[in-house]
Order: sequence, then structure tokens, then C-alpha cells
Amino acid sequence: MSALDVGYAAGCGAETGMRVRRTGAFRTRRDARRYWLLLCLFLGAGVAAVLGLILYNQPVPVDSPSFIPVVKRRLTSVTAMFIAALCHSFATVAFQSVTGNRIITPSLLGYESLYSFIQTSVLFFFGATTLVRFTGTGAFFLQVALMIGLSLILFGWLLSGRYGNLHLMLLVGIIIGAGLNSVSGFMRRVLSPSEFDLLQARLIGSVNNADAAYFPIVIPLVLATALAMFLLSRRLNVLSLGRDAATAFGVHYQAHVILFLVLIAVLMATTTALIGPMTFFGFLVAMLSYQAAPTHDHRYVLPMAFAIGFGVLTSAYFLLYHVFHAQTVVSVLIELFGGIAFLTVLLRKRSL
Amino acid sequence: MSTHAMHEAEIGSPPPLAEPRPERNRLITVPFVLAVFAVIALGAVSLFTGVYDIWGREDGRDMFFITRVPRTIALMLTGAAMAMTGLIMHLVTRNKMVEPTTTGTTEWAGLGLLAAYLLVPGPTLVMRMTGAIVFSFVGTMIFFLFLRHVRLRSSLIVPITGMMLGAVVSAFSTFMTLRFNMSQVIENWFIGSFAPVQAGRYEHLWIIVAVTLITFLYANRLTIAGLGEDVATALGLHYHRLILLANALVAVCVGVVAAVIGNIPFLGLIVPNIVSMIRGDDLRSNLPWVCLTGMGTITLCDIVARVVIMPFEVPVSLILGTLGAAVFILILLRQRRSGRVR
Repeated sequence: MSALDVGYAAGCGAETGMRVRRTGAFRTRRDARRYWLLLCLFLGAGVAAVLGLILYNQPVPVDSPSFIPVVKRRLTSVTAMFIAALCHSFATVAFQSVTGNRIITPSLLGYESLYSFIQTSVLFFFGATTLVRFTGTGAFFLQVALMIGLSLILFGWLLSGRYGNLHLMLLVGIIIGAGLNSVSGFMRRVLSPSEFDLLQARLIGSVNNADAAYFPIVIPLVLATALAMFLLSRRLNVLSLGRDAATAFGVHYQAHVILFLVLIAVLMATTTALIGPMTFFGFLVAMLSYQAAPTHDHRYVLPMAFAIGFGVLTSAYFLLYHVFHAQTVVSVLIELFGGIAFLTVLLRKRSL
Repeated sequence: MSTHAMHEAEIGSPPPLAEPRPERNRLITVPFVLAVFAVIALGAVSLFTGVYDIWGREDGRDMFFITRVPRTIALMLTGAAMAMTGLIMHLVTRNKMVEPTTTGTTEWAGLGLLAAYLLVPGPTLVMRMTGAIVFSFVGTMIFFLFLRHVRLRSSLIVPITGMMLGAVVSAFSTFMTLRFNMSQVIENWFIGSFAPVQAGRYEHLWIIVAVTLITFLYANRLTIAGLGEDVATALGLHYHRLILLANALVAVCVGVVAAVIGNIPFLGLIVPNIVSMIRGDDLRSNLPWVCLTGMGTITLCDIVARVVIMPFEVPVSLILGTLGAAVFILILLRQRRSGRVR
């Protein structure tokens, strides 16, 4: 550790009147204690809400033969929540660190537009029977692969080379999304009402219509990607310092940025294809986790983000299902809170 | 107050004029007259494009004046309005990627329409228009406020943030529509189309003529306002009043168009950018060009929208959205190549 670091830590220690020397992710021991406490709290809330979602208001008694099927069915949506929380929290935190900007989210890159574009064009070009058959692991993988492929083209084209520019890439991604929306809107206009109904049902995503048949592939994929991101989180720490500092530390900036963007693309594409779009959920989670984890070390921020995402999502579903009996508005409500949080952060920012 | 924000929001300043060309300031030049004729020709094509046989049928003449003429007039007015709002926003923020679609102004206008429906059962067109104008004014104000407060590291942040802001507002609108069972209102609004335009339903668009005149009178002062508060004040202008005026002009245009036609995406972005690519940035003489190009572009798009799946038609906003996205990306890439994107 450099003299500077030790001096800094000593200064912090002296301020709070605690031990003098301390190096690590947290400035003071109290910060660390608070971090672990909050992490346990959010995980606990998540687990409690999961238990509630599965067991509360069971229509059948425990010894009934239909108890297990009911639990299984409920478990599906809980698993979907787990996947959504993991994907959005990891992807958003990593994305904000890589771009060095805490007000943007990866869902801006147009995954949902591409998803609805794929679905619409299958129906448009190949007809209703093909769309009905366009399910199962093959179709799922095809869509995820297409989404990742498009992101790769976008990154490779706009991020590498002399003119590589992260913000330009983002903006082009957003605009491509808007353009694709218009094209699919155009195709949807030409569909017959019955075909349109079929498509409509496909395009509205929620944790409740996640298809459990995909879990055997999706769960390992998501877990492996998230684990890779977690293991590489020290690199992420360096990347978040910016291009110059990262290069000075000996990290190949461009290669690592693209690597992380690919991991982010995998997470976002999977969750979009499985559950559907959630624009501001990731933003909300990331913002809360920066508050709850007073450190810049991603080894601590990432788990906290996941814990918050999972806790928030499951508690929101539990409360709105069983306490307020308002099933349809959960995702909209989460988006709304995320949006309000976004506005607050935006107007308080001094520099971007 | 930081004038830096405005300065740094500048994207790719225009290529400096190579040599002074005094004829730039003359309005009526040969190319301009040609352009006027081209737009008139497009208008004529628009008048005679349609399924209804206005020559053969007995009431063809009536139909011509009930639907075709109003539709063509509405196209011209809307095209001029949306292109001009883009130009005003470029002037004031000195950022060529700012326009109603990329600042969330259109989403605010949609929220305003919704508010009118919520506050008054069965609102009249004037009420809806007022709602849309008031909300887009507030929304644009919030965005300008944000721009002035924040030091920007890259000018590209501005449209990204604006679109995030728009997404927040539309999430809120979605919430309200679901809550009050009115998703159809927003659905219809979001897809701007000229199909329902007929005599008696479009006349409010004439307000745009007044807005155009005011913009023309204030063009020079708005350009100076774009240089920042300090410069504008030093040159003897009331900066805050000018910003409010620019904002009001934008809000009126967007609000009127939102209430009468619907959402017209990207027109304010592509038209002024194309004009300034060809003619440079002499703003006062560009303004008629911007209006003309806006009229021509939207009329052409509407003719395409009417012809492409005849005897039906698609909303013009879908054509404009597709085209606009492509042109926007081309503009971005062009700037990237010349190294002007920071």
C-alpha cells in the first residue's frame, strides 16, 4: 500500500476516533458493519418475501397431494424474480461503472425493441403458425444470440478503433431501438386483428409468464455470467477510474470494456427474452446499492445490488399480491419509483 | 449561473464560412424559389393521392375540400412547426441533437393530454391543447434547468439524458392510463397520423403561423441567447425572458401538434441538421429553408404512408420514426468521422 493510502486511512480513523491504520474497501469499521448488516437485512427481506409468496394463502393444506404442484407453480415466478434481480442489478452496476456514468442503464440499448422486432417479424414474414411454433429452447437461444450478436456488432463497430466513443455507441443504440420500434409498429399495422392478439400476448412480459422450460439453460447461463463478472470485479474497479487511469494501471481498457459489455449483453438479453423489459428497475437498484454500500469496490457493491434487487422485487410482489391485492401494477410501480429516483438524481447532479 | 453548461453542450460547431457571401442574407434566391416550387408540387401530389375518386364521383369536389385540402394544409403546418421547434432548441442549447423527441418534450405533451382527460370528462380540443402546451412547457423548462446546472463532459450526454427523462414521463403516463383505464388515449396519441384530419378538426394548427412569425423576428436574439447568459446580458438582452420565450414557442408548437395530430418524431432533428449541413449556420436565412424542408419531408412521408399499403394507410409517424432514426445515425457517424464528437 502506498503511503498516501495509509495516510488517508489514518485520517479517517482519527476522525472517528477508532483504530488508526486501516486499508481496505471500507473507510471505517462502522461502514463495514453497516454494510454487512444491510446486506443481511435485504437478503432476509428477500427470503421472507419468498417464503410468503410460496406459502402464504395456500389454497390447499400441506398434506394434500396438490400441495407440491402449487408450490412448484409459485416457485417458477420466484425463480423468474431471482433471475431478473440478478441480471438487472449486476448488469446495471457494471454498465454504470464501465461508462463512468451513474444515470444510464443498459436497458437503453434497445434489447426490448429488438425482442419485439424479432417476434413481430416472425409473425409478419412467416405467419401465425410459425409464431406459435416459435417457442422452445431453440427459438429462445436464437433470440438471445441475435440480441447478443447485435450488441457485439454495435460495440465492435463503435467502440473500437480510433474514433471509439462510448457515448456515441449508447446514443446509436438508443436510436436503433427507436427505429426498430417504428419498423415493428409498421408491421403490426398490417397484421390482422387475430394475429395482432397473438403477438400482443407474446410481447407483454412479466415474471408470471416466464416459461419454466427455459430454466435449465437460463439459470446456469446467468449464474456463470454473474460469477464471471464477480470474479472480474477487481478489473471493474480499475475500469471505473476511467480510460487514462486504467491504462496507467496496465489494464487494456478497450478490451476490458468490450468484455464487460458482452457480459452485460448476455445478462440483459436473457432477462429480456425470459421476462420482458424493465427499464428503471436496474437504475433504482443500482442507486440504492451505492447508498447502502459506502465503497467503490465492486466485490461489495455487486452482492449488495443483488440483495437489494431481490429484496425489493420479491417484497413488492408479496405486498401487492397479498396485502393490496393489486396484481397488475407491480412492474409499473417499480418502474415508477425507479423513474422518480432517476429524476431526483438527475436534478441534483452537478456534473455528468 | 454557469454559462459553461451551454457552451459545452455545443456539438460540432459549424464549419467556418470560407468567404463572406453577402447573398446569403437575401431570402429569395433561385434555389429557394425552386424549393418552393418543389414543395408546392409535393402538396399537389398530396392533394390527389387517395382512394376516393374525386374526379369520377358526384361529391368528389366536396370531398376534396373536406379532407384532401385540410390534410395537405395540416401537413404543411405540422412540418414547419416541428422543424422549427428543432431549430429553436438547437439555437438555445447550442446542441444539434436536442429536439422535442430527445428532450422528453413530446412525452410531457402526452402526459398533458392525459391530464386533460383526467381533470375534465370529455375535454374539448382546446382543453387538450392547453394541457399539452402547459405540460410541454414545464417539461422543457425542467430539461433546460438541468442543462444549466450540470457540467457536461460530452455533448452526447444531453440526448441520452433527455430520452431517459422521456422514458420516465411515459412510464408515469402508462401508470396513469392503467390506473384509469385509458391506455387507448395514449396509444392513439403516440402514433401520429393525418388520417383523421378534415375540415373543422385541424384549424388550430394555424396558430403555428403566428409562432413562425415570432421566431423569425427573434431569430437573431435567440442565437445570442445560445451564447450564454453572460454574453447575452453583455449585449443588452434580457436572457431569462428570451429563454422563456423560446420555451413557450417550442411548447406551443409541440402542444398544438400533439393535440391535433399526435406524436411526430425526429423531424426537428433531421431537418435543421440537413439544412445546416448544406447551407452552414446562417440562422436567419436558414429559417425559411428549415420550414420548407420540414413541409416537404413530412408531405413526402405522408404520401408514402398513404401509398405503401393502399387502400389502407400507415401512420406517418412510423415512416418518420424509421427514416429519422436512420438519418440521425448517419449524422452521428458523419460527426464522428470528422472528429467533432467529444
